[in-house]
Amino acid sequence: MAHFEKANSIGEWLDQRLAVETLKRVLQTEYWIPKNINFLWAMGMVLAATFGILLISGIFLLMYYQPNVNLAFDSVNYTIMSQVGYGWLWRHVHGVGASVVFLIIYIHMFTGIYYGSYKKGRELIWLSGMLLFVLFSAEAFSGYMLPWGQMSYWAGMVITNLFSGGSLHANGLVEWIRGDYVPGQAFLNRFFMLHVLLVPLAIIGVIVLHFGTLRIPHVNNQDGEEFDFAEAAELYKAGNVKESKVIPFSPVFLSKDVLVMGVYFLFFFYLVFYHFEFAMDPVNFDPANGLKTPTHIYPEWYFLWSYEVLRPFSTNIGLIAFATAQVIFFMLPFLDRSPNVAPASRRGAFQIWFWLMLLDILVLTFMGKLPPQGIWSTVGLVAALTFFALWIALPIITKFEKKL
Amino acid sequence: MANNTKGRRDFMGMALGGFTALGGIGALYAMKRTWDPLPSVKAAGFTTIDLKDVQDNVLVTEKWRGKPIFVLKQSKEMVAKAQNEIGKNGKKSINRLIKIGDNYYMVAVGLCTHLGCIPGYNPEKEDFLCACHGGMYDATANVTKAPPPRGLDIPPFKIDGTKLVLGEAGPEYKKMLADGTTLAV
Repeated sequence: MAHFEKANSIGEWLDQRLAVETLKRVLQTEYWIPKNINFLWAMGMVLAATFGILLISGIFLLMYYQPNVNLAFDSVNYTIMSQVGYGWLWRHVHGVGASVVFLIIYIHMFTGIYYGSYKKGRELIWLSGMLLFVLFSAEAFSGYMLPWGQMSYWAGMVITNLFSGGSLHANGLVEWIRGDYVPGQAFLNRFFMLHVLLVPLAIIGVIVLHFGTLRIPHVNNQDGEEFDFAEAAELYKAGNVKESKVIPFSPVFLSKDVLVMGVYFLFFFYLVFYHFEFAMDPVNFDPANGLKTPTHIYPEWYFLWSYEVLRPFSTNIGLIAFATAQVIFFMLPFLDRSPNVAPASRRGAFQIWFWLMLLDILVLTFMGKLPPQGIWSTVGLVAALTFFALWIALPIITKFEKKL
Repeated sequence: MANNTKGRRDFMGMALGGFTALGGIGALYAMKRTWDPLPSVKAAGFTTIDLKDVQDNVLVTEKWRGKPIFVLKQSKEMVAKAQNEIGKNGKKSINRLIKIGDNYYMVAVGLCTHLGCIPGYNPEKEDFLCACHGGMYDATANVTKAPPPRGLDIPPFKIDGTKLVLGEAGPEYKKMLADGTTLAV
């Protein structure tokens, strides 16, 4: 057994048994972050904080929610909303949080794309981040089923039908996923399980992995500059704080994060208290009815772009387009053939590619909300084709990019 | 590791790995079966509908396995029109109708074959429109405009006088399956 001295403080007692001082040094005071960054680098911690808020509000909703097709709707819209003290607060925090978390995820993603933070040893950061995006999508979808309103039911119907694979006509697979011919009790129960246990568990695991992948390649900076972190850290520790290119994660960088989080939470709670209705689709305040489709079925805003990629095509092509759009962002580190790690503004044609992609995603998002008629159908089709054209163009334009 | 134990350790490793993999496959199968529809869900899959009182060109919606079932009795003109109509997928509309006595009926699962929304019927134009993605069907529920890949699926049926038993496959249904008029639901 290891030899233990008498400890003079609780901290020392813990340190002897858990090496908390080492942990603190490795994870905080000597985890180095570049100085040359801006507020966009705070989005990671903003996401972590939002996930925390979703977890806490979810725990309180879980205490009154009933995963039963006859009770679910009322347990949310009656019990939680008008009986449980402050039940409305948890629901609105949870609904707004689920929506806003995607806004921040998209900002986080496009920041990474703009500064080339997925290249040269940072591929795993990108891949684990994309995995988190997929898991958050699954979490959002499964959660959307739970109030068992009209949108829950019909979104569940339409999305599970995607697994029939169009002409493959794999009805068996769809019925297996549902546990019934149509979304019913078995369906609600299993999506409840996914939402409150399996998917959040996976999310927590991949968040840890995501942090881990950051460790060795280090955080990127505004110029994509490659420098010796060990040397910069020595400089900082020797007291040359000004000359050093790095700062410790905690407390220095974290204080900057907290400032950004402060601004973010002003916006967040403004939405929770004054504009929660944007995250509460009115159609979902009708109880689920398997014999009546709502006039327009559309997903929440954050899925609209990929929904619009599906919509203008015939079933099979649409499905292939949709499936491709879901995974194509995973391929970014491999489709970008340029060795340059630099902001898009210094990368010539890639700068145009970046803004076109962002614009195209925005156009697809707006079109996804409009009914598929007339001019909007055409605009949607053009935007969907542009989306794929941009991905085909990416390896070509980056191949010819001038080495910086 | 000493050389003389290597073969033995490899064997133990492979034996352990093999049995673990076997157990893992068994567990996966159990998990798959747990997600299957329950016997009670499958057993509740039969519904009888009576077509005696159905009016020409008036859409009736029944329920079978939780899904809406469209029943549309065809008028003389509609039958005549269906004789010559061919859907987007090359299938003849007339083959989709169920003949009972002298009457022709369209009976189909009222879920768009694209992604499962319920199409709406317009009795004046005698067609179905799915509001979700704009798919269209004629009065026999044959597809006339994409994205749906085929006409509305016809549920397994057995003719019993003026009644239809849904969920049971009669000879007329088997013929429709065999000639590709509908796919198995």
